[in-house]
Amino acid sequence: MDLFEYQAKELFAEYGVPVPKDKVANTADEARQIAAAYAAEGISKVVVKAQVKTGGRGKAGGVKLADSPDDTQEKAGKILGMDIKGHTVHRVLIAEATDIKSEYYLSFLLDRANRTFLSICSVEGGVEIEEVAHTNPDSIARIPISPLTGVDHAKALEIVRAGRIPAEAQEGAAILAERLWAMFVDEDATLTEVNPVVLTPDGKVLALDGKVTLDDNAGFRQDLAKFADLASTDPLEAKAKEKHLNYVKLDGEVGIIGNGAGLVMSTLDVVAYAGEEFGGIRPANFLDIGGGASAEVMANCLEIVLSDPAITTAFVNVFGGITACDAVANGIVSALALLAERGETVDRPIVVRLDGNKAAAGRQILHDAALAIVEQQDTMDGAARRAAELAGTGSARTPKGA
Amino acid sequence: MAIFLTERSRVLIQGITGGEGRKHGARMLAAGTKVVGGTNPKKAGQTVELNGTDVPVFGTVADTVAATGADVSVIFVPPAGAKAAVIEAIEAQIPLAIVITEGIPVHDTAEFWAYATERGNRTRIIGPNCPGLASPGKSNAGIIPADITPAGKIGLVSKSGTLTYQMMYELRDIGFSTAVGIGGDPIIGTTHIDCLQAFQDDPETQAIVMIGEIGGDAEERAAAYISENVTKPVVGYVAGFTAPEGKTMGHAGAIISGSAGTAQAKKEALEKVGVRVGKTPSETARLAREIILSS
Repeated sequence: MDLFEYQAKELFAEYGVPVPKDKVANTADEARQIAAAYAAEGISKVVVKAQVKTGGRGKAGGVKLADSPDDTQEKAGKILGMDIKGHTVHRVLIAEATDIKSEYYLSFLLDRANRTFLSICSVEGGVEIEEVAHTNPDSIARIPISPLTGVDHAKALEIVRAGRIPAEAQEGAAILAERLWAMFVDEDATLTEVNPVVLTPDGKVLALDGKVTLDDNAGFRQDLAKFADLASTDPLEAKAKEKHLNYVKLDGEVGIIGNGAGLVMSTLDVVAYAGEEFGGIRPANFLDIGGGASAEVMANCLEIVLSDPAITTAFVNVFGGITACDAVANGIVSALALLAERGETVDRPIVVRLDGNKAAAGRQILHDAALAIVEQQDTMDGAARRAAELAGTGSARTPKGA
Repeated sequence: MAIFLTERSRVLIQGITGGEGRKHGARMLAAGTKVVGGTNPKKAGQTVELNGTDVPVFGTVADTVAATGADVSVIFVPPAGAKAAVIEAIEAQIPLAIVITEGIPVHDTAEFWAYATERGNRTRIIGPNCPGLASPGKSNAGIIPADITPAGKIGLVSKSGTLTYQMMYELRDIGFSTAVGIGGDPIIGTTHIDCLQAFQDDPETQAIVMIGEIGGDAEERAAAYISENVTKPVVGYVAGFTAPEGKTMGHAGAIISGSAGTAQAKKEALEKVGVRVGKTPSETARLAREIILSS
């Protein structure tokens, strides 16, 4: 889970990572009030920063300096509602403007390839680290961090010295690094990035911007719900999450339900591949029913997928390993009955492919149920092709025989 | 022969008294696996009945190993206790630990991996978040169904469970030496490369099928390894061409970050070193069958 800058900075503050004074605003009026309160404390200049989970805010006009409460309100008004790379701005951060002497880069992250953690540090900050890697690779230090020994003050100094941070900022940067590491571990983060770390003319070291990613698997010991971003979550994804379903909304026409992450990913690809023949038909979602499929789970899955107005066909692709196909078939039959009971019209065709554990029994159940909208196919490729064909030929809303 | 798991393997189950441990313990026994014991500190000295067989329960992995000669541990312990369970297996120096558990925080996996490394990697770790491995006709350790395919000449290594089953099913006419599900987490113990190396050295394996998916660069590194070290034919499949950037697709490790970890990059890396990559699982199976039948 990626955090917004303001959430990252709240965590920074909790762990004693020094940050400029700031507060988040949902409206231009709130932005004005914050700036007015700061002005009363003698802080005249603020930065208005769009809160979006993507890079390049500055270039897109999402970061503006303001020198009065009126100016803050005006700038916030312009930034709120702005679209930055497909992300709508719902909040702005009002931060005390900081005088900057130098900008550096510091992060802790998961190093998948080496199966450990890594610190990246550079004397060149304020631009994307990928860009620095291109223009001045020698200025970037990569220091492996053992999960067993972590980062103490000596290690922190080693990191900032390796990143060639100048002597006047080393102590401050090392303290920042130590606290940032504590947060990385305690919060189950997979990324904590400060870019830039700034040195002010009066010798302070501050985290001016922050990017944090938390591990979704740590939900059993961390309060991840407090970081949930309902405003930007796709409504279908939110609904699926409530029902503990693993669903990702995509932009195509064929609704996908399958078992196992790899098989579902593969199903999306095979549908897109088959869809090339039918005018570029694409998968509409990722939905993994996981192990075992009770009628209720299948009903929830079909309900989510069919409630997407963009889909013209659904495709249920199951290879029964532990999951038994007769249970899946019963699930489909009772799901459709349940949806009918709820008064929902199910008129879009559902292509089903069942293989593996109890496939023959499952196929028989669907055959005997003789559901007008359910069509069975023998193979995954054949079923994907048929689903794409039904979605692409405009015959999608015409019921097909089972 | 087979890799990592043979008919001589003696399997213990960490978490044998839990629902998953019992269910899959029974399935493993039915598949002919020598399930010799299991652990639960609260039920040491008791037995657990699996499919009519009484299996002894011990307090620790070390006790189980001492009493039964177990050399493989299959771990079904829930995420909160998984790190301690793996570390216990490492301390007992069991040669192979298979971590089935899904949903382990990556900080915990990084920690037990560092712990294993510090102790000289005497315990091979497979997983976490994996279906385990099956050497058909010999032994089955994990949750891979035992009846999909007979023994044969193909070695399979895969990040995904159900895609593993699908591929085993498609190629059941040829059969498999060993199928290894290495898991879909960002940090895993045994990698594609470890399995490629073992299959290369296994006289029974004639061709290798390698299944990858988006996220990380394990497939790219496997491609580099293949060009230097693997002389047996390798056929590949990569899932996730249609996955959007920045979204986790089911597996914790299946995420494209920026331009890194795309299916296209993995496919190109594999094809560059002569690995034929199928567009669908079925096409991949056809490629593998062609290679086996023409050799």
